[in-house]
Amino acid sequence: MREACDLVVVGAGPGGLAAACRAAEAGLDVLVLDAQPEPGGQVWRSEARKGANRLARRWLTRFAASGARFRPGARVVAAPEPGVLLVEEGSSSFAVRYGRAVLATGARERFLPFPGWTLPGVLGVSGLQVLVKDGLPIRGKRVVLAGTGPLLLAAAATIHAHGGEVLYIAEQASAASHWGFALQLWRHPAKLLQGALMSAALISVPTSTDAWVIAAEGEGRVESVRLSVRGREEQLRCDYLGAAYGLVPNLEVARLLGCETSAGAVVVNERLETRVPKVHAVGELLGIGGVDQALVTGELAGLVAAEQPIPVELERTWHRVRAFAAQLARHDAPRAELRRLATPDTLLCRCEDVPMSALEGCQNLREARLYARLGMGACQGRTCGTAAQTLFGWSGEDVRPPCLPARIGSLRLPSDVSSTHARES
Amino acid sequence: MSAFDCVIVGGGIVGAALADVLSADGMSVALVEARSIGAGTTACGMGHLVAMDDNAAELALTSWSVSLWRELADGLPRAVEYDACGTLWLAADDEEMAAVSAKVANYRAAGVRAEVLDSAALQEAEPALAPGLVGALRVVDDAVLYPPLAARTFALRAQARGARLMTGCPVRELRSGSVVLSNGEVLTARYIVLAAGVASPALCPGLPISPRKGHLLITRRGAPVVHHQLVELGYLKSAHGTDGASVAFNAQPRVTGQLLLGSSRQPGDATREVDAALLERMLKRAAMFLPGLDGLQALRVWTGLRPATPDGLPLLGPHPEKPWLWLACGHEGLGITTATGSARLVADQLLGRTSAIDARPYSPARFLTASSREVAHA
Repeated sequence: MREACDLVVVGAGPGGLAAACRAAEAGLDVLVLDAQPEPGGQVWRSEARKGANRLARRWLTRFAASGARFRPGARVVAAPEPGVLLVEEGSSSFAVRYGRAVLATGARERFLPFPGWTLPGVLGVSGLQVLVKDGLPIRGKRVVLAGTGPLLLAAAATIHAHGGEVLYIAEQASAASHWGFALQLWRHPAKLLQGALMSAALISVPTSTDAWVIAAEGEGRVESVRLSVRGREEQLRCDYLGAAYGLVPNLEVARLLGCETSAGAVVVNERLETRVPKVHAVGELLGIGGVDQALVTGELAGLVAAEQPIPVELERTWHRVRAFAAQLARHDAPRAELRRLATPDTLLCRCEDVPMSALEGCQNLREARLYARLGMGACQGRTCGTAAQTLFGWSGEDVRPPCLPARIGSLRLPSDVSSTHARES
Repeated sequence: MSAFDCVIVGGGIVGAALADVLSADGMSVALVEARSIGAGTTACGMGHLVAMDDNAAELALTSWSVSLWRELADGLPRAVEYDACGTLWLAADDEEMAAVSAKVANYRAAGVRAEVLDSAALQEAEPALAPGLVGALRVVDDAVLYPPLAARTFALRAQARGARLMTGCPVRELRSGSVVLSNGEVLTARYIVLAAGVASPALCPGLPISPRKGHLLITRRGAPVVHHQLVELGYLKSAHGTDGASVAFNAQPRVTGQLLLGSSRQPGDATREVDAALLERMLKRAAMFLPGLDGLQALRVWTGLRPATPDGLPLLGPHPEKPWLWLACGHEGLGITTATGSARLVADQLLGRTSAIDARPYSPARFLTASSREVAHA
């Protein structure tokens, strides 16, 4: 099966939606692919049905009216040649032939290993928030959150609103860095408002900077958490621990297409073009910047793809949100103590059960993969690769297809793609 | 400046196996590797240990090497995944089945256990195979393993005996009696062995070694789909044509529960990119033999470069024009299989010992003397 379009947008979060709206409104035939059943991405998850968030509602309504086509449950697995993506959709697959592409694959949480991090009941911060939004029974449950940045407050607000009891919020950043960051928020009115609303709802939750999880403990699932709080150790009994240290971009599809990356972000020019012709990258791929950055870069890329003029105001907004992203990156950078929590028997790669001790003698990621099977399992190093980079400074290897485990049938080429290729070669 | 009895250039499985053998013989050894031990072609291959009978020299080296591996097997860490699963050479038609009887005789004459499976026996042994195959040749003692860890095991054993492992050390130049590293360091040695696979010609221009690219696919862990290494007899036709890209069905069960799938050959292609059209041909071919293939979960596809020689046999022995330089390279797709035998053959020659098999068919002189004379006369 085969699809053709002027513009393919990979990812239906705010960045992808904004790009799709701008391009489709200008008359392009736009196809939006997303692994989830509904548009909105992780940040606007289930807003299509609930619609509590006004900004999300506005964009989702605009997207629905834009003329862009949406393919839910569609995962990009391979890029066999320039201008073609192979996409898996349930137990079938199809090829997309596109004129231009906007990559808007968003971000995932950064997990750092500590003793007990693989216990049931220990989740990411946003991961726990998503589960609660999707109906995890949280009423009356005791929750500890540990990590960094605005995501902690967002998760706490969701858990609080669903009747969960947030016992403690541990922010790893130092007080100076954290309050310096908070004081900068006045430059970003939308963020400030969000932060104030959240803080109001959370007025009773104990929060500390310079605080992080040392270990999660329990028989069969998490029962208590040991925290380091400004140099003192504290123990809290709890039912859930959400622990993750900020976000990292999902670079796999971009790297599969051959886009250049630098310092953990896709390299783009002023027109949001990557180094691969006709391929744009937006949102978190440019460095973690949140919804505002996703929307503005999405709009810009959509306009560029449709060869529309760029409103000056949009460019101005982009420069402003870029400044915020830079501050966020400084604030969220994991502190050195977090790199020393894992013990020799703490798992680093949970797909292949690789403990820290198995990495003895490994000098780089390639050796860790070859000798200890780090990142060789089903998640393809999405979790442990990021951790290994933070812990040891090891940088990633090339992405090899499929960029997610996929049916072998999904890697098969439709006959017209393979024959085109055969003619060229 | 450091002095050794022997400096081995190239820390793939052949160089590592040689370091193991020489250090066990009491030589002082340096194993110099540009990147990491077992991280080049060694890491890209299927890891089969197969007796192959295309010609007498190939059968002698592969069958001896497989038996050497079998002797080593008990001493290998579990993570090396040595698994004596045997090979089934699949006959798709009567013509191929007729060849099976001749091959059985050939193998048995070389002391290799082999037997014929008829269609029913094949279906019973491998229910996942497509119906309609005529039969198979079973080579009982063939095995598979995980090559990078096998190479590392050899290297660490050599290191434990005092060998110096130098990884992340590209070599700039080979000289009579010394090896110059890219960082300027000079290692002197009585013997210098070049075991750098596809990178060998860069350090010794004129070697008849060219890259022959291959593709592999591995699935996620799950129930084993097949129980033997499976190879179509047609593989022999495709493996030895030297011109044009070809594919052949080759599948392995891994002890991890994964299925490892090959194979393709692209002569002269030194790029690392997955060729989607050739991968498609490879998968299409494999699906003819394993009808359930498309439903399995692929985890990774990758490529590797085989160091191919014109006659498919490795270069093992002294360089005829540079007697100070010893070669242990050009193993094409049989470097994992023949690493054990190749290491013994080279070590025996260095130490003036008699080998278990005749080393002459693998002598570099079969190419290099003739070509250098041509050059000299030109």
